[in-house]
Amino acid sequence: MAQAEITGDTMRTADGVPLKLALERALFRSRLRAVMLVLPLFAFLLVTFVLPIFDMLFRSVEDQIVADILPRTVVAIEAWDETSGDLPGEPVFEAIVKDMAEGRKNKTLGRVARRLNYEVSGAASLFRKSGRKAPKITQGPYREKLLKIDKRWKNLDLWNLIKREKGDFTASFFLAAADMQYQPDGSIGMRPENRQIYVHLFGRTLWLSGLITVLCLLLAYPVSYLLATLPLRSGNLLMILVLLPFWTSLLVRTTSWIALLQTQGVINSFLVGIGLIDDGDRLQLIHNQFGTIVAMTHILLPFMILPLYSVMKTIPPSYMRAARSLGATPFTAFVKVYMPNTVAGVGAGGILVFILAIGYYITPALVGGRTGTLISNFIASFISGSTQNWGLAAALGVMLLAIVLALYFLYDKIVGIDNMKLG
Amino acid sequence: MTGQAVTDPYVRFASVQKSYDGEILVVKDLNLDIERGEFLTMLGPSGSGKTTCLMMLAGFEPATHGEIYLDQVPINNVAPHKRDIGMVFQNYALFPHMTVAENLRFPLQVRNMDKNEQESRVKRALDMVELGAFGGRRPAQLSGGQQQRVAVARALVFDPKLVLMDEPLGALDKQLREQMQYEIKHIHENLGVTVVYVTHDQSEALTMSNRIAVFNDGVIQQLAPPDALYEAPENAFVAQFIGENNTLTGKVSAVNGSTCTAETESGAITALAVNIGGVGSPTTMSLRPERVTVNPPEGQCPNLFDAHVKELIYLGDHVRTRMSVCGNDDFIVKIPNAAGHVHLSPGDDVKVGWQAEDCRALDMPA
Ligand SMILES: Nc1ncnc2c1ncn2[C@@H]1O[C@H](COP(=O)(O)OP(=O)(O)O)[C@@H](O)[C@H]1O
Ligand SMILES: [Mg+2]
Repeated sequence: MAQAEITGDTMRTADGVPLKLALERALFRSRLRAVMLVLPLFAFLLVTFVLPIFDMLFRSVEDQIVADILPRTVVAIEAWDETSGDLPGEPVFEAIVKDMAEGRKNKTLGRVARRLNYEVSGAASLFRKSGRKAPKITQGPYREKLLKIDKRWKNLDLWNLIKREKGDFTASFFLAAADMQYQPDGSIGMRPENRQIYVHLFGRTLWLSGLITVLCLLLAYPVSYLLATLPLRSGNLLMILVLLPFWTSLLVRTTSWIALLQTQGVINSFLVGIGLIDDGDRLQLIHNQFGTIVAMTHILLPFMILPLYSVMKTIPPSYMRAARSLGATPFTAFVKVYMPNTVAGVGAGGILVFILAIGYYITPALVGGRTGTLISNFIASFISGSTQNWGLAAALGVMLLAIVLALYFLYDKIVGIDNMKLG
Repeated sequence: MTGQAVTDPYVRFASVQKSYDGEILVVKDLNLDIERGEFLTMLGPSGSGKTTCLMMLAGFEPATHGEIYLDQVPINNVAPHKRDIGMVFQNYALFPHMTVAENLRFPLQVRNMDKNEQESRVKRALDMVELGAFGGRRPAQLSGGQQQRVAVARALVFDPKLVLMDEPLGALDKQLREQMQYEIKHIHENLGVTVVYVTHDQSEALTMSNRIAVFNDGVIQQLAPPDALYEAPENAFVAQFIGENNTLTGKVSAVNGSTCTAETESGAITALAVNIGGVGSPTTMSLRPERVTVNPPEGQCPNLFDAHVKELIYLGDHVRTRMSVCGNDDFIVKIPNAAGHVHLSPGDDVKVGWQAEDCRALDMPA
């Protein structure tokens, strides 16, 4: 029999193999099998989850367009002293003319034009216009000829920008996402008041998500309590009512809110019908913050109910009875005994709803109007809209991710992730 | 039928009925008087309505009919938290988010008791159950037996006059259960509270109680002190439920005073007439295994029958012997492992005998 025996100071099996090694060998096979089982899932997660996040992190700071498309200019501009207040010299202009001609031939000029336009408005049209004529300029003086084509080549901000962004990485997307910019002297400062949007938008997103989370909690708590305490049959019926929205398309649910809330909608018509308001001043219930709050609270409600329910279901009725028998009124028993035992569900539901809300897109896009849209709507518009700017979209996304992670960390510190119960 | 009459009952069930669904009566016409300071156990098989009775007393279930009195006051319309009844639940129902001390303090806090008084009472209660050092722990950090003690301490810390316990020891292992039985019994004796205790474990009931109410099918079958219940069961259900019993069935052929004669396949049995119909009615006779003598001396037993030994089980202090007697193949005889006892082996044919007063002629179970 393989009995462990002590020879020298290492434990060995009966055949003299060190015990540790034997154990290692015995476990290797089962470990290998376990790894093989999770490998496909791991690969899937890597491709669909981890890589996109790193791609986003990368895109938020990556910026090779200027160096790629204006290679000669980038080299030539090294010699220019941006603090002198003078325009760059003839070699720089020669370089940019040649770069533009080549960029036009390769059809890449539009990209650099758009990139520079993020920070110097008018740069896009300037490049388009000059790009058309650049191939015809075959000899000097380049500076003179280019300035004749368009006066805007005198703009020092543009040259500053080219010199600053000649590298492979940039901070300007993050600066833009934080409503900041490079000042003409190269330092970093806030944008002018009237051009600050994102900080305010982040604030609004956090505030609305918090409000929606609280509303969901207030609505979900009694419903979950009923679900958990009703007899089985009526409880199941109620559960179906709660889950029904889950089985309906998100779009359908959102558009039905439009049907209900719009100025010619069900609610307004009803109020007019019973004479509570005049036909002339129907209430604006949608395409504003109110619409976003109502529709999102409704849509996210099940995400609060389910974790709460699953926690409440595990609370034995005997707790409340014990509290009553010990002399507590029903209210005291509920507050002092029942509610503290639901903290895990409140935490789980709260963090779930909040994180979903903070990145919500469709509903605010459809019912939010101008005052009810969230940060994700802007991110989406930078990915596909006319103002395409993937770098800014990525920077906003990274900041959103950072906020969520920070909140998650905070939650872990205060409540403890282990206490969270999702079902 | 209700054991000793109780004057000035502390708890009184008067014609209480209970139905959950309006179709089946779970408790059928319950009349029960519980004396001040008594330890009364409701004993019965699962589903016999014990918990329901306790819940009605605690106020968590309304009685469908009848009235419950606590210290002469009808309490049907008194809310549970105003009844001042301590309760120990089967799974203890300790509040998991509170420490042991906070659990004990809870009933004192809701009564707005003075802070110092709270502390001293919590301390006294913890000392009573020998958990003085565990006040700061969460219930989850205690063993089952310790949790049990906390539950008992919590039910007593606010000095209720009545304490209800619903199978409080059901979740403990055998050894701990027996130890806790004694501890609860001692606490009851020291404090003098009235205890209504529910269990389905007859040995627990016999160990702890002043009186036992045997429940079956929503009806109290017998209410008596433990010894009376064991020695003198009044019907076939109680006889079979409490302790081990041999049952023999027959037909009453003659009644003479306190004894009767019943005809069986293998002859007439003389038995004590406890609960029988007239001549000709069927009867179940119950006989304790330890009251049967193997090969009794001639003329000592009025009942003497042939027995065929089928199986022997050695149990140390006695030998359990299964025999075939009067058509009953599961007739058990306990032969004490004493000096000079008979040595039997399977297949032996012997005589068994018993006294008329040890064999109780009872009703036929439904
Ligand atoms: N809340 C309830 N609703 C419906 N029926 C119940 C309820 N509680 C108990 N019962 C029924 O009442 C009967 C007695 O139950 P119970 O008092 O718990 O018995 P015991 O405690 O003796 O095991 C059982 O048949 C049980 O199914
Ligand atoms: Mg029960």
